[in-house]
Amino acid sequence: MFKLKEQLPALLTQVLVVGAILYVALQLFHNTQANLEARNIASGFGFLTVEGGLPINDSLLPYSPADTYGRAFAVGILNTLFVSALAIVLATVLGVIIGVARVSGNWLVAHLAAVYVEVLRNVPLLLTLFFCYSTLLAFLPSPRTSLVPLGDIFINNRGVYVPRPLFEDGMGWVVLALVAAIAASAALVRVSRRMRDETGRGLHSGWMSLGLILGLPAAAYFLAGQPLEFDVPVLSGFNFKGGMVLRPEFSALLIGLVLYTAAFIGENVRSGIQSVDAGQLDAAKALGLSPGPIMRKVILPQTLRVCIPATTNDYTSLIKNSSLAVAIGYPDMVSIGGTIIGQNDQAIEIIGMWMAVYLTINLVVSLVMNWFNAKVQLVER
Amino acid sequence: MTSSETIIDVKGLNKWYGDFHVLKNIDLEVRRGERIVICGPSGSGKSTLIRCMNRLERHQEGTIIVDGTELTGNVKGLEKIRREVGMVFQNFNLFPHMTVLDNLTLAPIWVRKMPKREAEATAMHFLERVRIAEQAAKYPGQLSGGQQQRVAIARALCMNPNILLFDEPTSALDPEMIKEVLDVMVSLAEENMTMVCVTHEMGFARTVADRIIFMDGGEIVEQNSPEEFFSNPRYDRTRQFLSQILHH
Amino acid sequence: MSEQLKTFIPSPDAPPPVADAGVLLWLRTNLFSGWFNSVLTVLAVLVLAKTIPPLISWAFTNAVWSGGPDACDGAGACWAFIADKARVMLIGTYPQELIWRPLAAAILFAGVIAATASGRFGKGVLAGTWPLLFVAAVWLVGGGAGLTEVDQSMWGGLMLSLGLAAVGILFSVPFGIILALGRQSRMAGISSICIGFIELIRGVPLITILFMASVMMPLFLPVNLQINNLLRVQVGIILFSSAYIAEVVRGGLQAVPSGQLDAAKALGLSNWMITLFVVLPQALRYVLPSLIGRCIALFKDTSLVIIVGLLDFLGMVKAASQDQNWLGHEVEGYVFCAVVYWCICFGMSRYGRSLEKRGPQTKR
Repeated sequence: MFKLKEQLPALLTQVLVVGAILYVALQLFHNTQANLEARNIASGFGFLTVEGGLPINDSLLPYSPADTYGRAFAVGILNTLFVSALAIVLATVLGVIIGVARVSGNWLVAHLAAVYVEVLRNVPLLLTLFFCYSTLLAFLPSPRTSLVPLGDIFINNRGVYVPRPLFEDGMGWVVLALVAAIAASAALVRVSRRMRDETGRGLHSGWMSLGLILGLPAAAYFLAGQPLEFDVPVLSGFNFKGGMVLRPEFSALLIGLVLYTAAFIGENVRSGIQSVDAGQLDAAKALGLSPGPIMRKVILPQTLRVCIPATTNDYTSLIKNSSLAVAIGYPDMVSIGGTIIGQNDQAIEIIGMWMAVYLTINLVVSLVMNWFNAKVQLVER
Repeated sequence: MTSSETIIDVKGLNKWYGDFHVLKNIDLEVRRGERIVICGPSGSGKSTLIRCMNRLERHQEGTIIVDGTELTGNVKGLEKIRREVGMVFQNFNLFPHMTVLDNLTLAPIWVRKMPKREAEATAMHFLERVRIAEQAAKYPGQLSGGQQQRVAIARALCMNPNILLFDEPTSALDPEMIKEVLDVMVSLAEENMTMVCVTHEMGFARTVADRIIFMDGGEIVEQNSPEEFFSNPRYDRTRQFLSQILHH
Repeated sequence: MSEQLKTFIPSPDAPPPVADAGVLLWLRTNLFSGWFNSVLTVLAVLVLAKTIPPLISWAFTNAVWSGGPDACDGAGACWAFIADKARVMLIGTYPQELIWRPLAAAILFAGVIAATASGRFGKGVLAGTWPLLFVAAVWLVGGGAGLTEVDQSMWGGLMLSLGLAAVGILFSVPFGIILALGRQSRMAGISSICIGFIELIRGVPLITILFMASVMMPLFLPVNLQINNLLRVQVGIILFSSAYIAEVVRGGLQAVPSGQLDAAKALGLSNWMITLFVVLPQALRYVLPSLIGRCIALFKDTSLVIIVGLLDFLGMVKAASQDQNWLGHEVEGYVFCAVVYWCICFGMSRYGRSLEKRGPQTKR
């Protein structure tokens, strides 16, 4: 039965603590209202529909300064997601390479990787970002003397300018053809595998798939009358107009995030490799396997299972670190939000939106990684 | 029936772990088809000795010649030897992230370049041989210790080795599972597989071994046929060991 | 039966052969074992050959170590820039004539670090000395109680970074421990507040917390109460760090074997005593290396305060490189900054690793 006497102290403490916190919260609320009034700051999210006048250089959505604050913020969110996703992929690849290099039998390679890890982990990310940014700017020429590696591609200190593809009416068919090709390839691979199991000989499904994926869309492209135009970047005055541009801000942020996070992922992979039971190595060697297959088929699969939780941490850190974009001028969510605060002082709303978005992103990433983790767990009884 | 051809030739083998002299002046000849059991107290270097035979451990002095090839740092020679020498470990060391079938086909595909179908057929053949064919699609974590060790033996057999090394294959097993593994080893012996076993199972030694080697403190104390070894040990140390171990 | 049993005389141990490691053998096993490794070695050597000599000539041979802006010709690093700006980078815009005070604080700091690293002093002594050090340092730098006050807007540079980190650690460790204990509490009200706080803080970037502290906090406070920016940022850093420390401590709490609790309860200790004397000491011992890792991370994180208007070490370096007289020498500034950060952080991580080996074993 509900023993009131025993539970009283606990209940009392909780009531007191929660009560105290609520009281403080209430006071803060009152203060805030007073302050907001005194400083003539608006409240609420109405500002999202107000025209912002913010110039944003890098945008995945069509955007102009005539758009609302809300749209500007949305552009920022997309930029955050874009640079984070790209950085996660690249950092993982680099991190695995670094991790394997750290345990390599090659003395030089192992030590170089160790130096890399120790340098990047002990220097603040912001410093690395500043360094990348200023180095990038220092080494790139001005627009008038751009580097031209290919045809219409220009590299200078305003960014990398490439032709922008303009999709015209026929493009839909090309996309359809691509989707059909992918589906056909998947079916082809399955059929080939079954054939190989039955008769010992399969189709060359790899090459056939490649042919399909390249050929079908190409055929559709030509049949639809080549529905692809390019908006070529053209030098006008001191700058380029047209085309698409990859700005140094974006590149510096991406490079900095990738280099930094790869050092941490590399350490995870290294400790994962070293945590694989020594007997696995013995057995693989005794079977006569050479180092390549040993690493690829025996050690790394077991490693990756082990380092998923730690790597999830690194991914969420990377996403949070992308907020450093504000320091080098890449228009991510924090950058744009900060600018909006500067204009209308509605810090509470903006900060609340930041927190909501970051929490959501991190929640989704954690859920996906947990699902992935559960899926690759070793099957035991 | 053992031939007179020497398949493993160890001469003057000395090994150190740092300053610790773990193998002292080992001379040993194993003939093709011979079944050798190595026994001795723990720390006597028995595991180290057979691990030197496929260069899982490196020796500093002496020569080891396996199937005509000397074991040195030479990588090509090493690959050749490891293809011909199979090993079964105390802790099974099955690859936990692969099914039983994949465990068996991995090396034939990647080392002997066998096509997958042929490798799988070979694998199923050996799984039947060790009487565990129905577990082919299972993962090692789903099997008992005795089952895992039988899979490990099948995995070694899939490479068609000339020699099988056993490093205390039953020491990590619960008592009721030891028999199923020993039965497989006995049947292998009956097919004239060259075997070098480090084991405490004296019943197995008596039944199967052509020669028993007793090691202590890193050196071979004595070696003899099972009859002579058990009834007429030549050294006091051997007798002392036998009295301890046969008291089960 | 048998003849006389012979006594077995074991052979004596012989010393191992002198390492047969000729240079060639070492090269073969470590650098050129197999074609893939050989290719890697060659590539690595090429990369090093291309980058190290120019780096050395830039940083040392052709570098300019003293003089004015004209002395730097661009062929090498302009360390004269660092020499000129060193004071500002290290202690910000602190009044020149009072420079002995931060110096005194730095010497005290160095002394206590040496004492801690030597490992000769007990935990109790250290636990008492470090807080005293902070109090003394704050008094020396800030003033009050006998020394002229120096406004916090003049605190900057490396001194500020270290100060933010030190005070941050000093307050966030106890607060984090309390949060971790609260999270484990069986009282649902308390544990949910703690979990909510921890997960909220850990899910958002430090920048948002700094913005919150710098921009939002003035709105929360009563109209007539003003807290200077430095203090607001410091509070933000403390709150941020304590959430992460709470998670680290939680790992330690979970690692304490339940048998410990059983034994302590059987001895009749009250819950508070158990926590304080049995559980916490063991938990902290398990996670000491991770805690030090968090301290290193905190120190690196202080570099973000440039975004909310405080000029810490990195901030001062950046500001100094905007000086009209010294334009174009950002890289020297960043390199100097990186070297100092690296030395401090690497030193701390070495210390952490030595603790792992030295202290009561972190058994699993």
